[in-house]
Amino acid sequence: MSRLSLGKRLVLAAPYLWISAFFIAPMALIFKISLSQPVEARPPYEPLFSLADGPSLWREKLQRLGFETYRALLDDPLYIDSYLSSLTIAAISTLLTLVVAYPFALAIARSPRYLRPLLLGLAMAPFWTSFLIRVYAWIALLKDEGIINHVLMALHVIDAPLGLYATNTAVVIGIVYSYLPFMLLPLYSALEGQDPSLREAAADLGASPAQVFCRVTLPLSRRGVFAGCLLVFIPAVGEFVIPDLLGGSETLMIGRTLWNEFFSNRDWPMSSAVAVLLLALLIVPLLIAERLRLRAEGEA
Amino acid sequence: MTLTPLLAVERASKRFGAVAALDDVSLEVGAGEFFALLGPSGCGKTTLMRLVAGFERADAGRVLLKGADISNEAPHRRPVNMMFQSYALFPHLNVFDNIAFGLRRQRWAREDVKRRVEELLDIVQLESFGARRTDQLSGGQRQRVALARALAPKPVLLLLDEPLGALDRKLREETQFQLKDIQRRLKTSFIIVTHDQDEALALADRIAVMRAGRIEQIGTPIEIYERPANRFVAGFVGATNLVEGCIEATADGAYFVAPFGRLRREGCALGNGGAAVLSLRPEEIKLAQRSVADGIACVVEDAAFRGETTHVRVKLAGDARLLVSCGRGESFAPGDNVSIVVSSDAGAMFAESSR
Repeated sequence: MSRLSLGKRLVLAAPYLWISAFFIAPMALIFKISLSQPVEARPPYEPLFSLADGPSLWREKLQRLGFETYRALLDDPLYIDSYLSSLTIAAISTLLTLVVAYPFALAIARSPRYLRPLLLGLAMAPFWTSFLIRVYAWIALLKDEGIINHVLMALHVIDAPLGLYATNTAVVIGIVYSYLPFMLLPLYSALEGQDPSLREAAADLGASPAQVFCRVTLPLSRRGVFAGCLLVFIPAVGEFVIPDLLGGSETLMIGRTLWNEFFSNRDWPMSSAVAVLLLALLIVPLLIAERLRLRAEGEA
Repeated sequence: MTLTPLLAVERASKRFGAVAALDDVSLEVGAGEFFALLGPSGCGKTTLMRLVAGFERADAGRVLLKGADISNEAPHRRPVNMMFQSYALFPHLNVFDNIAFGLRRQRWAREDVKRRVEELLDIVQLESFGARRTDQLSGGQRQRVALARALAPKPVLLLLDEPLGALDRKLREETQFQLKDIQRRLKTSFIIVTHDQDEALALADRIAVMRAGRIEQIGTPIEIYERPANRFVAGFVGATNLVEGCIEATADGAYFVAPFGRLRREGCALGNGGAAVLSLRPEEIKLAQRSVADGIACVVEDAAFRGETTHVRVKLAGDARLLVSCGRGESFAPGDNVSIVVSSDAGAMFAESSR
């Protein structure tokens, strides 16, 4: 690193300190709990080390240290299925959010400049209401005697209720609805900055409106697409409230499993292991993707 | 020009709110012609070009290409390509793919695309740049890629919006020659939009001078320069001295009465006593010694050496000042007492109402 003044170093150190204190340290604690054994006590796990033990006991404990919890986790189909189901639901939801948000973002980015803040504000308006209440509201919309089924049956589009509530479909709808703004904002910022003369140039060179979109608008917004998908996918995988409120017994999501493990079974080591594995599952592909992106940019 | 011009704009008008960007504009461009739309910013020249490209729809009037009305055709259906002022190169594509963009939209075969792109890279002298990203190019290289991209699909008409505007002066002069050379070789019609009169004079076969949404004059560079239609054209194209005065018709001929003296005029069509403006180019005025006959006395105020010429500003009676261009070998210093001589057919004269 080049020579930096003390002031600059302090400024640079601040975010790292913040992340260390409030993210890395708690994560290390969780990792430590995941390595210990559950006991009927308070807290419900056997501490790995305690200051009272003394060096000889520390060494002995270190040798006994194992990854049994992780082995148990990987052997139990419940957890594996939860992970797979979470990833699937999150992936479907992310894709649908993208499909819904893209035209939305495009419309705002192409609207007259003076209208854009208003339209963006309206898109953000739901945030002024509690997330929990908004998800509850979806129950009223989706359940068999709810508004959607009611209207469709009154219009004779359907004869019997669709049975949306308490299904994975309801969970996907809930996620798409709740996370829409997180997709919208990065897409908007990617689209808003696009030079309109690029689209004109494409049209001038014979590209139909659909080709202009596929060949120019979409590829030039790929950073926004990437950022939006990450912002939706990652929290959606670990989502707890939406599957708990809108999902049914069939809905197996890792957030729910974690909650059960922690609060119902009081198995702190297992729930910690579930959390650590979830983090690894999300962070490793992310790091690889980021590395690939950097390399692609550096090369070209 | 052929009987059916390649491009005809017929009585086109376009308003943006209260502003008339185009006001009843008509023009014709022939096949293989290099045509310039010249005017100050906001005169409607870019709007006229965008109308031809299809990015704007006229409120009234028609655009005909080879006799067919294309007024309502979408831009991607017009066999007209445009080179944008900002170049508008696709940042996510390399040079090759940028140039190939139009060809691929026309579904050219892969080998044909390759051959055509290489041909164009050769024309614009960027043979080894196909794989470069556009942000790795200099301004001049980007300009040539934009030109190659617009030329690739073999348009019948190429529109160039201030194509040299972003280049520095030296590069601009070099590129002017290249552009003219390319146009002559390809025999494609070019319409160039520019606010730079030197560029228009140097490049174009014909020029349309525009002001406030109207065409003031259409003509060859020499016509525009030597016989400007009105005071605006005279002042906008090339350096000139605009002298206000009036006409005095006498038995022995007509005179233009300027604040600094009387100038004999030949073939003056304006009536006696009419207010008029005389446009005198700096090179149409001769500087001579005081003793010369028919000279008007003046004092050299300032002399600016310009290389092949020297621009001399002289002060005349009535506090009038004129810019005079002298050739090499003539030297005048501030304070010299000299005379100006203006031949009776020099310059262009307009009735004052034509301002």
